[in-house]
Amino acid sequence: MSSPLHIAGAGLCKVFNRRQVFSDVQFQVSQSERLLITGRNGSGKSTLVRILCGLLTPSAGSVVIRWGHEVQEVERPGVIGLVAPYLQMFEEFSAIENLQLAASLRGYPFERGRAEHLLGRVGLDIKRKDAVRSYSSGMKQRVKYAFALLHRPPILVLDEPMANLDADGVAMVREVMEEQHQERILVVATNDLSDCPRADAQVNLDGRT
Amino acid sequence: MAAPEVIRGSWLRSVGAVFMKDWRAELRTRYAVSALLMFVVTTIAIIMFSLGSEEAPADVLSGMLWVVIFFGAMSGLARTFVVEEERGTAMTLQLLTTPGAVYFGKLLFNLVLVFGLNLVTIALYGLFVNGFIIRTVSIFVLTVVLGSAGFAAAATILAAIIARASTKGTLYPVLAFPVLLPLLLAVINATRLASEGAAFSEASGEFQLLVSYIAVVIAASTLVFDYVWKD
Repeated sequence: MSSPLHIAGAGLCKVFNRRQVFSDVQFQVSQSERLLITGRNGSGKSTLVRILCGLLTPSAGSVVIRWGHEVQEVERPGVIGLVAPYLQMFEEFSAIENLQLAASLRGYPFERGRAEHLLGRVGLDIKRKDAVRSYSSGMKQRVKYAFALLHRPPILVLDEPMANLDADGVAMVREVMEEQHQERILVVATNDLSDCPRADAQVNLDGRT
Repeated sequence: MAAPEVIRGSWLRSVGAVFMKDWRAELRTRYAVSALLMFVVTTIAIIMFSLGSEEAPADVLSGMLWVVIFFGAMSGLARTFVVEEERGTAMTLQLLTTPGAVYFGKLLFNLVLVFGLNLVTIALYGLFVNGFIIRTVSIFVLTVVLGSAGFAAAATILAAIIARASTKGTLYPVLAFPVLLPLLLAVINATRLASEGAAFSEASGEFQLLVSYIAVVIAASTLVFDYVWKD
């Protein structure tokens, strides 16, 4: 029997102002699998991540997510968790308020206990009431992990997962990645192959233009 | 891990969250409220100095009231989307919720803001501008309510459009003027009727126009917002 959770990208192509970033990108990944996206700087890793998350429309091709049924665009906020350098928090609010906002914006009730547990896990329990604008870049990266994991996403997408993190932060991310891989889908986009040493599927964007 | 039957969260909760986010941010920064109040106070002071002790006719005073409201609203309402682009949180909103929830949440926030602005403007205008007297209160109240809703509806979609442009500041009033012209003509005329003491039925044509305007702008906005909001 096929897995109920599945992502497939077919014939993906993206063009920005006549500049083709990549073309004919294909991938398939199912439950308990890891997809690794690699490529040089400017090869389109973040562009592909945005297309996968529904933040960017491909010039050609499509990404289909199935989770029991085909996930519609309006359902994607509930299915995907994203950590990326270009994803900004609401900086005038504290970490706990950001998590509350994330839950409410997705249309889900806020589970304060889970939010506090996650902030503790990412090492921000003491600072949870400070405005995010006062955080260092490493602390902001940690908030993004709590932000992405709050709704227990079946698909966790990490773009440059270790950016700005210290040794403790890196260990925390490795633990999160391992847990996600147990019964969900993990997508990692990185230049550094040591960030995700084992992958079940790989997209290398070098030479894809 | 079994797939749930319903993945989608409550749409109304999402709309409320967009509104509350902007509301709480505004309470902390007071950026839009300060910009609006400064503009309104300055403009009314200039009108007072230029009129002196003279009493202008009702149609001129009605027109001037809505000029103050128009430019006041333009200076504050555009912030709702521009601030998301400037801080890079537009993508965060795109990730977390649907375009429809963003549009209606922002519309709700702009409605509250423009109602508040109009109440303050009308109070200051009535107190300090000679000869501005409302004789048919029912016409005036309905004009302010419908005019505010129309302003907020048009301003919200225009703000979403100009937030993507590089010349945000100058583009907003320029784009807004032709879109708001039918609304401005109707509210100025209805305010003149209210200050002349006309019967309520005499302003029914203006009210029909205002209700139609609001319905058309909101319907068109919901249709085009997906394309404006996403890449």
